[in-house]
Amino acid sequence: MAKQYETVIGLEVHVELAAKTKIFCSCSTEFGGAPNTHTCPVCTGMPGSLPVLNKKVVEYAIAIGLAVNCDIARVCKFDRKNYFYPDNPQNYQISQLYLPIARNGYVEIETGDTKKKVRIHEMHMEEDAGKLIHDEWDDTSLVDYNRSGVPLVEIVSEPDMRSADEVIAYLEKLCTIIQYLGASDCKLQEGSMRADVNLSVREAGTERFGTRTEMKNLNSFKAIARAIEGERERQIELLEAGKAVIQETRRWDDNKEASYNMRSKEDAQDYRYFPEPDLVPVVISDEWIEQIRARQPELRSEKLERYKKEFDIPQYDAKIITGSRHMADIFEKASAICGKPKKVSNWLMVETMRLLKDHGMEPEEISFSPENLAKLVNLTERRMINSSVAKEVFEKIFAENVDPENYVEEHGLKMESDTGALEEVLKKVIADNPKAVEDYHGGKEKALGALVGQTMKAMKGKADPGMVNQKLREML
Amino acid sequence: MANKISDETIEYVGILAKLELSQKEKENARADMEKMLDYIDILNELDTEGAEPLSHVFPVYNVFREDVASQEDGSEDTLANAPVKKDNSFKVPRTIG
Repeated sequence: MAKQYETVIGLEVHVELAAKTKIFCSCSTEFGGAPNTHTCPVCTGMPGSLPVLNKKVVEYAIAIGLAVNCDIARVCKFDRKNYFYPDNPQNYQISQLYLPIARNGYVEIETGDTKKKVRIHEMHMEEDAGKLIHDEWDDTSLVDYNRSGVPLVEIVSEPDMRSADEVIAYLEKLCTIIQYLGASDCKLQEGSMRADVNLSVREAGTERFGTRTEMKNLNSFKAIARAIEGERERQIELLEAGKAVIQETRRWDDNKEASYNMRSKEDAQDYRYFPEPDLVPVVISDEWIEQIRARQPELRSEKLERYKKEFDIPQYDAKIITGSRHMADIFEKASAICGKPKKVSNWLMVETMRLLKDHGMEPEEISFSPENLAKLVNLTERRMINSSVAKEVFEKIFAENVDPENYVEEHGLKMESDTGALEEVLKKVIADNPKAVEDYHGGKEKALGALVGQTMKAMKGKADPGMVNQKLREML
Repeated sequence: MANKISDETIEYVGILAKLELSQKEKENARADMEKMLDYIDILNELDTEGAEPLSHVFPVYNVFREDVASQEDGSEDTLANAPVKKDNSFKVPRTIG
């Protein structure tokens, strides 16, 4: 019988923090500036320049550390990690090796019906490197230091994951927590969240870890899932052939769906870490931690618990809505205004999700106000507009955040509540469609539908279909 | 007594520092490094039992900057000494792809 293998995975996740300035200088972190415009002597490693730590970065790091159940270090400091590469103008990256800001945390993940804890070994603060662009024209590289010094935290997990599903659940969990904190937008595609995958395989049932490899360049959940599958297969094939897995860093090429060794023997890995002499230690008091803890927003897991008690909406809907803090905020505010959480939830779950998908947008990009959604719910509840008009109005709210009351008024979309006018129309419809009337009397229910349709058309969609149906039956 | 630094160590340090050293330069580097290690041996004679590792000699901590962005465009100064530049960027030999 073929041997069974278990995959063992640990993650190193880099998260770009939402600070306005770099970690050690006041250059802007804004995305998309012309090359090297957001640079200064500090972030380009000019001799004699001195880094000064951004307080906001420490506060974001503490907030994330607390939210992922870490112990926050009372004393932490920075170290230099030495390496030579053109993206790194100082020839060292300022990072934290010996005394990182947070240690020993965990997050709880869910895959299918199973819950498990993924432990976090440590989290540290560090600076990002510059960007290299390959110039096809003359086969050179162009270096832009706008990213150099952008603040990051690196979250290092224990090797607690066993499948691509668990890895994705872990990343999604981290992402939601950090987005809720407002500490980063965590976009894999745009590089504000990056994951390196450490993977080894071992025979099922054995305790000892196999030799691991590290995979870089994974910029979507799909790429991560494919890379994990590919690397697992590659390692099992080596072991089955009696060969050894070599500990190395590999680069995933998602187009070719294969990974390649990134470094040759010549590029010996020895970072010669030593304490950063230009930065003084950071001492974190209990008071500071408590201040930050008191400012922490309600996180998703807490919201889910509260929704279960406060709102009569399905657990599935609650999960989707709380998937984005922005959407959860809209839900809570709109529900508070109109008092109809279930209706609000329906608009978010059905029409909002559909429109987001159609426009290729993220929930964070929703731009309508909870007030306007609440007004729309009230308009339909008071039977001022029918459901097809409501859908039409909602599309306007979604696109332009229109005030539905004004919009309905201006476009004359209010439902016709004048029964006299309706009866007039019905009389005419009955007179004009003797065949349908006859069919209806002959027992064909479908014929009634045709008459309702004719009536709605004559009323320009502004009638209540239920009422039309009822009146029509009476008059026939 | 002088520490012996092996040929392999000299080669390895050369690779890490991205230096190609001549035989003469290697011998000089070996002599310098052995001198440094001798000095460390002197330090190692001290009794440091119970002393906390120290990264700064001054009792200063928590020097912070507020998160306020400067609006200056630093590119002109940054690129002033670039040996070769193009499109507001440093141009270097191909390093990726």
